[in-house]
Amino acid sequence: MDDLSQTQLQELYYYMKLTRSLEGRLEFLFKQGKIVGGLYSSLGQEAESIAAAYALEDGDWLGPGIRNLGALLVRGVSPKEMLLQYMAKADGPCRGKDTTTHFTDPVRGLVGPISPLGTMICVMSGVALSFKLRREPQVALTFIGEGATRTGAAHEGTNLAAVQGSPLVLIAEDNGWAFATRTHEEVANTNLVDMAEGYGVPGVQVDGNDALAVYAAAKEAVDRARGGGGMSIIEVKTYRMKGHAQHDAQKYVPPEELELWRARDPIDRYISYLTAESLATESEIAEMDKRIEAELDQAVSEAEASPMPDPVSALSGTYADAPPAELWAREL
Amino acid sequence: MTVTGVAAAQAAGEQETIDEKKAVTYLEAIREGLWEEMEADESVFILGEDIARYGGAFKLTDGFLDHFGADRVIDTPISEAAIVGAAIGASHRGLKPVCEMQFIDFIAPAFDMLVNFAAKSRYRTQIGAQIVVRGPCGGGGRGGPFHSQNVESYFLNVAGIKMVAPATAYDAKGLIKAAIRDPDPVLYFEHKFLYRRVKEVLPDEDYVVAIGSARIAREGGGLTIVTFGQMVHKSLEAAEKISAEDGAEVEVIDLRSLNPMDDETIIGSVRKTGRCLIVHEAPRTGGIAGEITARINELCFEWLDAPVRRVTGPDTPVPFSPPLEDYFLVQVDDIVKASRWLLAY
Ligand SMILES: Cc1ncc(C[n+]2csc(CCOP(=O)(O)OP(=O)(O)O)c2C)c(N)n1
Repeated sequence: MDDLSQTQLQELYYYMKLTRSLEGRLEFLFKQGKIVGGLYSSLGQEAESIAAAYALEDGDWLGPGIRNLGALLVRGVSPKEMLLQYMAKADGPCRGKDTTTHFTDPVRGLVGPISPLGTMICVMSGVALSFKLRREPQVALTFIGEGATRTGAAHEGTNLAAVQGSPLVLIAEDNGWAFATRTHEEVANTNLVDMAEGYGVPGVQVDGNDALAVYAAAKEAVDRARGGGGMSIIEVKTYRMKGHAQHDAQKYVPPEELELWRARDPIDRYISYLTAESLATESEIAEMDKRIEAELDQAVSEAEASPMPDPVSALSGTYADAPPAELWAREL
Repeated sequence: MTVTGVAAAQAAGEQETIDEKKAVTYLEAIREGLWEEMEADESVFILGEDIARYGGAFKLTDGFLDHFGADRVIDTPISEAAIVGAAIGASHRGLKPVCEMQFIDFIAPAFDMLVNFAAKSRYRTQIGAQIVVRGPCGGGGRGGPFHSQNVESYFLNVAGIKMVAPATAYDAKGLIKAAIRDPDPVLYFEHKFLYRRVKEVLPDEDYVVAIGSARIAREGGGLTIVTFGQMVHKSLEAAEKISAEDGAEVEVIDLRSLNPMDDETIIGSVRKTGRCLIVHEAPRTGGIAGEITARINELCFEWLDAPVRRVTGPDTPVPFSPPLEDYFLVQVDDIVKASRWLLAY
């Protein structure tokens, strides 16, 4: 990888491993009953999410999906923030009002998704449009699952960005499953990259478990968007190694498929690359792993000690300029 | 206790265990209703996301694929507008589709199909849309703002859409059957908090619960509570508490059907008690309680001894964190407090 320094290449590893370890911690906390609501995993998909976000620069904006925790870490979100969010704590980014990757932060250029799928492409096309209208050399990047590409909103948002030539990079993630529905049951042409032709924008299909291939494709698309070349679609082929969420034991997934994809694990592959190319020694990697665990130990204990929200805060924050909502007859 | 007494008690105990076994949950009741309608009428079919292979996010249609086959149990792409739109088209060809929204919150992308296509179909063209759209609604599950909503009032102002919201297993089964047989579009709201928490023994024979008929869930002369869904259970709890602590008897009306609404039952009760509290989980502004209040005002103002009041969710989204969600949701004590206020008025 020519345009990435050794430090950056090591940093890519750091984020992938950090994501995996953080998700491991989250799962452990979930089993202890310390996580509120559903818990989603990006196991096996860390590379695409992280490498795509790594192609962004300061001032660019990101719209993650539910499995893009890694992309958020790359963009400066701390593990502690994610823990607070999943534990529904008062000091989490959503103050306990919402969960997962659903938080917005204009300072770091993050837009929090809503659960209804496909909607994010419309909103991120608007973020991209704002860059174009203001003649600012910035780029918006967002992700969409193969299942979510089938929503009306996804189509409308993609098309709007395409006709406007907005600087949007769309990462279409084919991870084999949308909950319990297979890719070919969602979309008759399983080459999502072919959408690009329909929308009249550049598109490329890459191995989503190859961090550097994803990075190269994302970098090219980001540079093109920044240079006024409009939107692009990058299809990443990957695999969802866990069920849809913690409650789903994915009994419907053939074990041999999981085996096949376990052998293609993006982190194992990346370690082999780093060591084979002498970009990191095994002891350097072990050192990073140790640092990650220490960081996570601290983040978990801080998050656990953090308070739950004050119930009354439920009433505030619906409008900027209105007093808190009232309880009416409930206050009689 | 006499020997016969013990035997009778044992027999009763056995009876209870048998009944306990035969008792079906709210979720199973919906499932049974769907299943029986599909058995009885081959034009009934179901479509939705992850309903076939997986059997639905809540496993409500588990086993349907094996029994009825892939033609009648259809896993669709994530495309709510197409699910409802296709259902409308199929209904024009004489089929009776039942659509599942994985969570009722995701009815939003199908809004256009429902309010503009389905609702206006009969009025414009004399050809109706015999479709059912069902899905889990309601809070209490730590689902956050997008997996907890009650959407009835989004549709209340749309003429041409019927809406039902059962509170019991009996009604859940009777209403899904009525909805499937109804010639017009019916939205069927199932409160996910009730899925596995309420249970009862159901009749063996086929029955329906007529759309548009409310049920008096508890009789009383002091105050009428009008409510539906999960709030029926909280209102009943409040009524028991008031009966035990204050000696006043509260009548609880379970609406079951939100559109059309059973004005007669509401008015009959309010004329008897002279006091009315309306309870719903959704936020207050534009909520269905406003409509009910207006009807009471129009139909039996002279019988009122107190202003009609409502206990509802506050005007906010449904928050995620447990202390926030619990605060948002109407609790038994909120109903007790408002009831006491009305009883003392
Ligand atoms: C409009 C809408 N319908 C249904 C859902 C419920 N739902 C949540 S995730 C999901 C599957 C998503 O699959 P995909 O887009 O492929 O992403 P993946 O989970 O595989 O990352 C479904 C059906 C939703 N969130 N939004």
